[in-house]
Amino acid sequence: MSPTGWIGKPVKRVEDARLLTGRGTYIDDHPPVANLHHAAIVRSPHAHARIAGYDLTAALAVDGVVGAVTGEDVLRHTKPFSVGVTAPVHYYCAATDKARFVGEPVAVLVAKTRYIAEDAAELVRVRYEPLPAVVDPERALEPDAPVLHDAVGTNLAGHRRLVYGDPDRAFGEADVVLKERFRFPKYGSTPIETYGVIAAWDSLEGVCTVWSNFMGPFIMHPLTARVLGLPENKLRFIVPPDIGGSFGIKTSIYPYIALIALAARRTGVPVKWIEDRREHLLASSSGTDRVAYRELAAKKDGTILGMRFRWLDNVGGYIRSPEPGCSFRPTGNFVGPYRFRNLEVDASVVMTNKSLTGPNRGYACGHLYFESEGMIDRLADKLGLDPAEVRRRNLIPADAFPYRTPTGGLYDSGDYQAAFEKALELAKYSELRREQARARAAGRYFGIGLALAVDPSVSNMGYVATALDPQFRAKPEYLPKSGAVDSATVKIDPLGRVTAILGTTPQGQGHQTIVSQIVADELGLTPEEITVVDEMDTFTRVWSISSGTYSSRFGSVGTSAVALAARKLKAKLVEYGAHLLGVPKEQLEFRDGAVRPTTGKGPSYSIKDLAGRAHWNTESLPEGMEPGLQATAVFGFTVSKAVDAEDRVNSSNTYGFIAEVMAVEVDPETAAITILRYVTVHDAGTIINPMIAEGQIYGGALHGLGGALYEELVYAEDGQLLTGTFMDYLVPTASEAPTIDIAHVVSPSPLTPLGSKGLGESSSMTVPAVIANAVSDALGPLGIRITELPMTPTRLYELIQKART
Amino acid sequence: MADAVTVRLTVNGVEREGRCEPRKLLVDFLREDLGLTGTHVGCEHGICGACTILIDGEAARSCIMLAVQADGAELLTIEGLMRDGKLHPLQEAFREHHGLQCGFCTPGMLMTALDLLRTNPSPTEAEIREGISAVLCRCTGYHGIVRAVEAAARKMR
Ligand code: FES
Ligand code: FES
Repeated sequence: MSPTGWIGKPVKRVEDARLLTGRGTYIDDHPPVANLHHAAIVRSPHAHARIAGYDLTAALAVDGVVGAVTGEDVLRHTKPFSVGVTAPVHYYCAATDKARFVGEPVAVLVAKTRYIAEDAAELVRVRYEPLPAVVDPERALEPDAPVLHDAVGTNLAGHRRLVYGDPDRAFGEADVVLKERFRFPKYGSTPIETYGVIAAWDSLEGVCTVWSNFMGPFIMHPLTARVLGLPENKLRFIVPPDIGGSFGIKTSIYPYIALIALAARRTGVPVKWIEDRREHLLASSSGTDRVAYRELAAKKDGTILGMRFRWLDNVGGYIRSPEPGCSFRPTGNFVGPYRFRNLEVDASVVMTNKSLTGPNRGYACGHLYFESEGMIDRLADKLGLDPAEVRRRNLIPADAFPYRTPTGGLYDSGDYQAAFEKALELAKYSELRREQARARAAGRYFGIGLALAVDPSVSNMGYVATALDPQFRAKPEYLPKSGAVDSATVKIDPLGRVTAILGTTPQGQGHQTIVSQIVADELGLTPEEITVVDEMDTFTRVWSISSGTYSSRFGSVGTSAVALAARKLKAKLVEYGAHLLGVPKEQLEFRDGAVRPTTGKGPSYSIKDLAGRAHWNTESLPEGMEPGLQATAVFGFTVSKAVDAEDRVNSSNTYGFIAEVMAVEVDPETAAITILRYVTVHDAGTIINPMIAEGQIYGGALHGLGGALYEELVYAEDGQLLTGTFMDYLVPTASEAPTIDIAHVVSPSPLTPLGSKGLGESSSMTVPAVIANAVSDALGPLGIRITELPMTPTRLYELIQKART
Repeated sequence: MADAVTVRLTVNGVEREGRCEPRKLLVDFLREDLGLTGTHVGCEHGICGACTILIDGEAARSCIMLAVQADGAELLTIEGLMRDGKLHPLQEAFREHHGLQCGFCTPGMLMTALDLLRTNPSPTEAEIREGISAVLCRCTGYHGIVRAVEAAARKMR
């Protein structure tokens, strides 16, 4: 695994020097082209309205304005984006016939400065004919609800009923059946850097170049090319070296890429648009809000026999890819870490007059585990068993890996018992229970929550097809989808210096550092000696539709590509050395930065030596060897298969594990929740840089805590957003951030060359579950069980008051 | 559009001058007119703290101030934190304790921490947390930042 030991060390980050001194290169920092103009976007003030016309006379008359784009131009010059369902939802990069949520773009003004563009945008008159709005997914499905898309005729964008095993029988044979309704909130990623797009359209060359802080997946590139009517090799996406955070949301920037590209095309000047925070909260993206009806069937001893999930996922005014990933991204890990084989999932994807949704850290898993882990606690309660014991009785055993789940997931490795017991031990679980008994006796509300989760990394692009009916997928013209790949190039310059080139889009995860550790280990160098370039450019990098930095994939697939590229290069060096020495290559090996005899005796060739010879004297190469010292590797998971006829799909490629314990106290007078103890144990296989891994866990946990306690995009009945600034959309500050006890268990993945898995989303998917369980446990004596997030003080206070009277 | 006015100020010890509209935000003036892109914009409504700089020695949000209001003032931005080609102890500590990931909040966070340690050279952990709660960070969960400020405080005393 780690020949010279940089892997596993908390190597300090290469990225920090520039970022600490104000020399980062974010999208807003440096104009990449001359004559940049600036865009301001006119947005709908109505949640639902027909657009009867535009009057841009006054706006276009403003000094400094060079042009504008409206829905009419969008309709004329672009195509709608393809969507992930068969319903005829026409989703354009701006409103054309109707506005379907507050903040939906309706026009773009382009001017010499952003200030002028904003002035002009205010003068645009759009004639709206307001229509009744609907924001609740259940209400939206009622027969008399306003319908958003006439062509669809209903607000149901898609519906699937997935059946695995024999759930009816499981429920029929159960000793206990439990039911619950949950609500998960609409909250976002809110990276501190908002979206940014710069587009230049060269009509003579027919090339459109776009700089943006888009994070992938790059499937959105061909989709956008089609929308703009460009061959994909004439649409160039460039991502700057620094992105100011994303957490999923910067996947959903691509409609703006199309809109700003269109503005550049129509106005004939390069156009820059930087989203402001108001626009971000109003109209960028968020996770879905969900209403979930859960059922659980179990035996008296606590063995789970099966579950039923009924979901209504609210995707907002349109369905934008990769939705409905909100329902299907975790298909392979629907059962979490448990053994039960019978499951029914009834997923409805509903459109309402809210902003659109998409990936948000923990994509769909925060929802999943909040519900599932809540049900397990209800089962424990019902049977009078300790919640830890119920979980123990249902865990997939350590000798069952690789484990095929009933839904098609292939859990590559794990030891769930070990990780869970470690978490209980670290938290001093039995001691906590005794403390709880004492606290309760004293009339205090002290609770302990547990949550376990399978942490999926590297999405298999094939999962998206779960949204389609098997009959549709069986049609001969249907093309199956699968895959998860990443590429890397490692090259050695004439004086022996090593550079690694990636096509990833890091948003703070320290890819340069991690890659330097891997290459240093492979080539027997130190990380500082390696230069790592990771500015994605679709014209120059090797990429595919799944490329990008999302779904916790770099730690698993990106690192694999790098290791393979370095190994390929090493093999070439050995072959070249063998040729120079005139010995069979089997007698040589690459060790400590040089090609050496396996016996340890005899001459060796250092990298520098070989590089000089190979570059300066190609005659010295063995016959048939490609000149130059470089290797590109494309790593792809062979376990990424298309969804099968029974709706089974290995929706991710590597699967980690999370076990958490949290103790809280709730003040019944103020409804304040104090976190007294929080332990999280992760199994992400080989950890390449524990410092970076820990940083991901801290960040993910606090994001999850935000969704559980503070953050919600709240809408009024009429579809107006009520939390449109950071004054009412509450991102946690340092004062709210808990102290966390972090530990690791390491079950190396058999599927990756380094044994690593991803962990970027990490505790964002478990915190809503663990804290809801802890608060429910604390308020158990009042008969309160949390079914709805966020647990704002108001909401919790009302529950407590109601329970007390 | 109003006529441009001249703004003269000292930034990081250097006298600078620029012409802009009276309505121009200080942060835009720094980034666009003076080319100091190290100061970031995260919300433009005074909450996220990404745009924090020191004005006449005190932390201030450059997104809710006009450039003309800073006329004649002395400013310190992230670009001026290094001294003699060496990282400031706070910068060192952020690197050492993984106090940054994407780095977008970092300039505002460093300037805020600098201001905190100026007024309170030996803060408790709770005081550090409260002090830096003026800046939002979405990446780090603040853990590394708190450790870094503690470490820098020890070094700077
Ligand atoms: S940009 Fe100034 S406080 Fe957010
Ligand atoms: S490091 Fe990314 S927001 Fe703080």
